[in-house]
Order: sequence, then C-alpha cells, then structure tokens
Amino acid sequence: MTPRVEAHDLVRVFGGRRAVDGVRCSLRAGECLALFGPNGAGKTTTLRLLAGLLSPTSGEARVAGVRLPSPEARHHIGLISHRSMLYEALTARENVGFSARLYGLADPEGATDRALRALRIADRADVPVRQLSRGMQQRVAIARAIVHGPDVLLADEPYTGLDEQGATALTALLRERREAGAAIVVVTHHLHEGLALATHAAIMQGGRVVRHESAHGLDPLAYADTYRALVA
Amino acid sequence: MSAPGLLGSAWLIARKDLAIEFRTRSALLSALVLSLLAIVIFYFAWDSTAVGAGDLAPGVLWVTFTFSGLLGLHRSFGVEAQDGAMDALLIAPVPRQAIFVGKALANLAFVLGVQAVALPAMVLFYDVGVGAAWPALIGVMILAAIGLVAVGTLFAGLTANTRLAELLLPVLALPFFVPIVMPAAQATAKLLAGRPLAESFAWLRILLAFDLVFAYACMLVFPATLDD
Repeated sequence: MTPRVEAHDLVRVFGGRRAVDGVRCSLRAGECLALFGPNGAGKTTTLRLLAGLLSPTSGEARVAGVRLPSPEARHHIGLISHRSMLYEALTARENVGFSARLYGLADPEGATDRALRALRIADRADVPVRQLSRGMQQRVAIARAIVHGPDVLLADEPYTGLDEQGATALTALLRERREAGAAIVVVTHHLHEGLALATHAAIMQGGRVVRHESAHGLDPLAYADTYRALVA
Repeated sequence: MSAPGLLGSAWLIARKDLAIEFRTRSALLSALVLSLLAIVIFYFAWDSTAVGAGDLAPGVLWVTFTFSGLLGLHRSFGVEAQDGAMDALLIAPVPRQAIFVGKALANLAFVLGVQAVALPAMVLFYDVGVGAAWPALIGVMILAAIGLVAVGTLFAGLTANTRLAELLLPVLALPFFVPIVMPAAQATAKLLAGRPLAESFAWLRILLAFDLVFAYACMLVFPATLDD
C-alpha cells in the first residue's frame, strides 16, 4: 500500500539556517504522527513542506504517492493552521462553501452543511466570521479544511483558541478521520491531546527529528519528562 | 471530484473577492472619494483662461484613475494576507494562474466601477462636450483598465507579503502603467477635442498591444511570485 504521506530527507534552508534538516517520515492510512518540539524547532516548516506550501531545498515530499506540489497531490490534503485562513467579511457557510467549490465537489452546499454540523457550528453558519469568537472561527477553519474529505490532514496547532468542548470535539473528529483511513500529522504543544490521537510521536529540535517512536502505550507524563530532557 | 478549470476557479475567486468588497465597501468608497477629491482639487487649481478644459481633462482623468485604481489593487491581496487565507488558496487544487485571473477580474470590476462614477463627474465639473464620443471613450476606459489591472494585479501579488506593500506597489507598478496611461490619455484627448475616431486608432492599437502583452506576460509570471 502506498504511504499517504512520505518525506525523504527534507531540508529547508532560510538565509543559511537549516530550519528543517533531513526530516524523514512515512505515514500509511489510519496513522497519525504527533510532532512536538519547542518554538523554532522546525515543526511548522516541516508541515508547510508536507503541504506543498514551501519547496524543499533538497529532498522531496509525496502525498498519496504524488510528488508535491502537484494539484493532484493537493486534492488529498486538508490543512488546519493556528491562523484561521478565513475571510472575516464572509459568513461561515460562505467560507466553507467557497472551499467546497474550489475542490469541485458535486454537492458543495450539502458538503458544507455536513462539515458545519460535524463541528457543531451549523447554528452560526450565516454569521460573518468577524462576529464569531476565536474558538468558533477555529471550528469554521476546521470545517473548511475537511469539507472535501481529505485523506491527509495536516494540523498546525489546531487547538489554538478552542475551549474544552471545542478541543474535545476536534480530538474526536480527528480520531474519526484517522479511523476512516486518513493519515494525520499534527503539530502541537499539547502532549496529552497529541498523544491521545497519535499512532506515532516525534520530537523536533533544531530542525531535526531527535526522537521518533510508536505512540502506543506512551504515558503522557513520562513522555513529558522525556520531552523536557531532550529540549532543555 | 474534479477541481474547476482555470476559468471556473478564476470565476469563483473573483466572485468571492467582489462579495467581500460588496460587504465592506472599504476600498471602493476610498477610491471613489479619492477620485472625486482629485477632480475637485484640479478644478479649483485650474486657470481656465490659461488652459482649456479639453486640454486639462484627459490628464486629470488618467491621474485620477491611476491612483484610485492602486487602492483597489492593494486591497485585492490584502484580504488574503489578513488571516493567512492565501495558504488555503495555494493548497487548493487550482492552477496558480486561476488566482491571477480571478483577482484581475475582480480588480477590473473595481476599476471600471470607479471609472463609471469619475468619468461623468469629470464631464460635469469641466463641462467638456463628449457628444457622440461616449462609446469610444468607454472603449478607451475598458482597454486601459485591462492593462492597468493586469500589471497592478501582478505587483499587488508580489508585494502582498512585504512590510512596505503600500509603498512598494505604486513604486513598482507606476513605471509599467506609463505605456498604458500614455496612449489612453492621448486617445481621450482626441475624443474630447471632437476629433474623428480614426485619429485615435494609432493610440488605440498601441493600447491594445500593451494590453495583450501585459495580460499574457503577467499571467505567465504570476505563479513565480507565489514561490517561497
């Protein structure tokens, strides 16, 4: 089975600094990699390389066997960021519907409604995004990212701004997507949420993956000690 | 599921941009106010005994359109930069050129909207007789708007993520506006002077040639401006 996400020796240099230095990973359907690390470790850059938003200085990234950043590969990806990536003058429904149409969905209205319901924001669907709280905006952003049913989800600090209920709903949704066969890479500082989702956990430091292991049976408290020891 | 093609995606992007502008009206109102203020200021600075209205009006008109158009051009990528929305566009499976065409279509509607208000205001203030030249004058406006928007959209995209976007956009775009504004102003002057349309053909051909070259070249180059 072709891996859903592959990174082969990804390197990205910014002005002489290696922000990402030889990252490798391979995720199959139903697997989730939680990427931890301090600020500046290269997590977000790695995610942007996997999304095709940045070109690697060397190495390559593939999604569903297709080298990025081809449009065919981009069909498979849903991106959630700590930035909402929404148009605040448009309503939640218009934002999600715009994305559904860009992906050429056969029934964009139906897909939009389903995505908004899944994030429990259907009752605020016709409110302009600027009038929603930060947490509600993040839910709309997640609905936008999943509206086309991507089989690869890339999430950069997806819990930003979410309250407890929102965070629980997001974890449930990501787990549901993973169990339905999506491959997920989640960048987060929240060890508990990350490990609750992940099948694999990795810690980045200085652009490199300094620890990579199966997340099965990992105790968050013990892992937190390992994390602190590595990034101190 | 198959993503819409270049024109389909471009139409979606243009419609979205126009919906945002329709809701906020921020750039359109600013551009209209700037246009009308420029026309009024030039009017009060004008010594009608020294310069005839027909000589002054084309210059006033094109200076006004050029600078008010820049406001809309700057806004077009500003809405994408605000909350990182550009990333969502870039990750969608649409051709990069579709982003350019979509933005350019919305900008064209914006510039034509400003022209639709400013041109009658100029005719009214300066009391220039347009007479039967209206259709030709509108044709010149549309041709010039296409060229201005093509160049402006490219540079607006290029400068969108820079800290000095407001300053860089006019500095980069204005020199490229010259080959558009010059024939447009010349053709406008001849039409306002009541000269036969045939006398403007040479200028209109230059205008059309620059439109085609700029529109095609800018669409080809635009994807490179999105590279990291």
